[in-house]
Amino acid sequence: MRAADSSSWRHALLYISPYTFAAIGIAISIGVSVLGASWGIYVTGSSLIGAAIKAPRITSKNLISVIFCEAVAIYGVIVAIILQTKLESVTRDYQHTAESMRAGYSIFASGIIVGFANLVCGICVGVIGSSCALSDAQNSTLFVKILVIEIFGSALGLFGVIVGIIMSAQATWPKAT
Amino acid sequence: MYGFEALTFNIHGGFLEAIVRGFRSGMLTTADYNNLSQCETLDDIKMHLSATDYGPYLQNEPSPLHTTNIVERCTQKLVDDYNSLLVQATEPLSKFLEYITYGYIIDNVVLIVTGALHERDVQELLEKCHPLGMFDGIATVAAAHNMAELYRLVLVDTPLAPYFSGCITSEDLDDMNIEIMRNTLYKAYLEDFYTFCKKLGGATGELMCDLLAFEADRRAVNITINSIGTELTRDDRRKLYSSFGLLYPYGHEELALCDDPDQVRAAVEKYPPYQPIFAKIEYGESQMLDKAFYEEEVKRLILTFEQQFHYAVFFAYVRLREQEIRNLMWISECVAQNQKNRIHDGIVMIF
Repeated sequence: MRAADSSSWRHALLYISPYTFAAIGIAISIGVSVLGASWGIYVTGSSLIGAAIKAPRITSKNLISVIFCEAVAIYGVIVAIILQTKLESVTRDYQHTAESMRAGYSIFASGIIVGFANLVCGICVGVIGSSCALSDAQNSTLFVKILVIEIFGSALGLFGVIVGIIMSAQATWPKAT
Repeated sequence: MYGFEALTFNIHGGFLEAIVRGFRSGMLTTADYNNLSQCETLDDIKMHLSATDYGPYLQNEPSPLHTTNIVERCTQKLVDDYNSLLVQATEPLSKFLEYITYGYIIDNVVLIVTGALHERDVQELLEKCHPLGMFDGIATVAAAHNMAELYRLVLVDTPLAPYFSGCITSEDLDDMNIEIMRNTLYKAYLEDFYTFCKKLGGATGELMCDLLAFEADRRAVNITINSIGTELTRDDRRKLYSSFGLLYPYGHEELALCDDPDQVRAAVEKYPPYQPIFAKIEYGESQMLDKAFYEEEVKRLILTFEQQFHYAVFFAYVRLREQEIRNLMWISECVAQNQKNRIHDGIVMIF
């Protein structure tokens, strides 16, 4: 690996260890997913509690919305575990070879994809879940209909997970000979 | 940030919004009104209401019932709902909720001042005041003889103080300038509320500005109709119109010149949203106008429940309950006075 000028940004980026990128990717995958999940849960939860005061029957049904949000965090955990199994140690000589760099970047990208897909998915499911709780309290026939919308919303997070896992398959480290 | 309230609204407002929607679901439906209109006595009404949210409030009312008892207990329900919302609210929702009561405060002040002018007993007047519009020291309002005094003695400590700047004169109070004071205060209040909602922005701003614009236009029409044939000059009349709403500014110019109800109708009918209101009533029939406006208002208020993550539902809830209490009062009066065939003339179905 050569960089033109030893004080340039490009130089700096190239010499960051691929392990740093990999670790940040794993952190984003779980951290941002949990952020999305918790965001969704509070949006749903605050409406659910309020609506349940006048219509207590909705509480156990609408736990499904909370579980959907929770699933988003679980995606993040799963992907983070998959990503960390991709980490292998290579000797110092191979650390900055093209293959190591690719492995580091692909884990990083995979983490970002999963993290942000799950963030927006969590918010989406949370907002729908909140509407679901409010409308179920008024008219219980609406529950199933809104649940369908919610399922489609939570599928968005799965797309991120699938792409993230495929992406992480790119992470192969050079074998020390 | 318009369209993104969904992300952050629930931090402070989600719980209360859900509660107010729960309250809404407890309101009387068309079926309830049909049952109520079959009632023969006030005790029947009480029995029908016992299955609704009003039940616990009417439970311990001893017979014989009077219309005023029923209305008072039902108003108490609204007040309790409102207070339970207010104590849990945080800024800016608490400010918003307080704004809702200012209208009642104005009405109460005017009620007491007018009553005192006609030498009525203050205690009796206080009982007639709307409980949402009470404030400390309201009884001393009766002691004032002119507006400057009224302001200095009492109202400087109330939220109404800033609205008073438009109408402080040292003239003695009489029926005419009390009415002018009411409308000037109301104008200042609506404008202030309007700016406040606009500042909140988002869905709250959009919906509330529409509702307040309708309110302002309705007041403009009512002021015009009520001032026809009085000594109020055109310029004075123009000063009482709020500076927003659909009729502002060109409609107001036309309204200021009107001399009879049909001219008012012609001026307002040019605005498409108000056409259906006037389409319902015959020419020369201005008494029905109030009801037509109430119906339109109820329709608009109900529509606010179709959107989520905004404060207009709180406003709508208080207003709808208010309408419901008016309906109950009308039904009870009809039943008490044996005018059952007139029941359907006066009620505005809500759901």
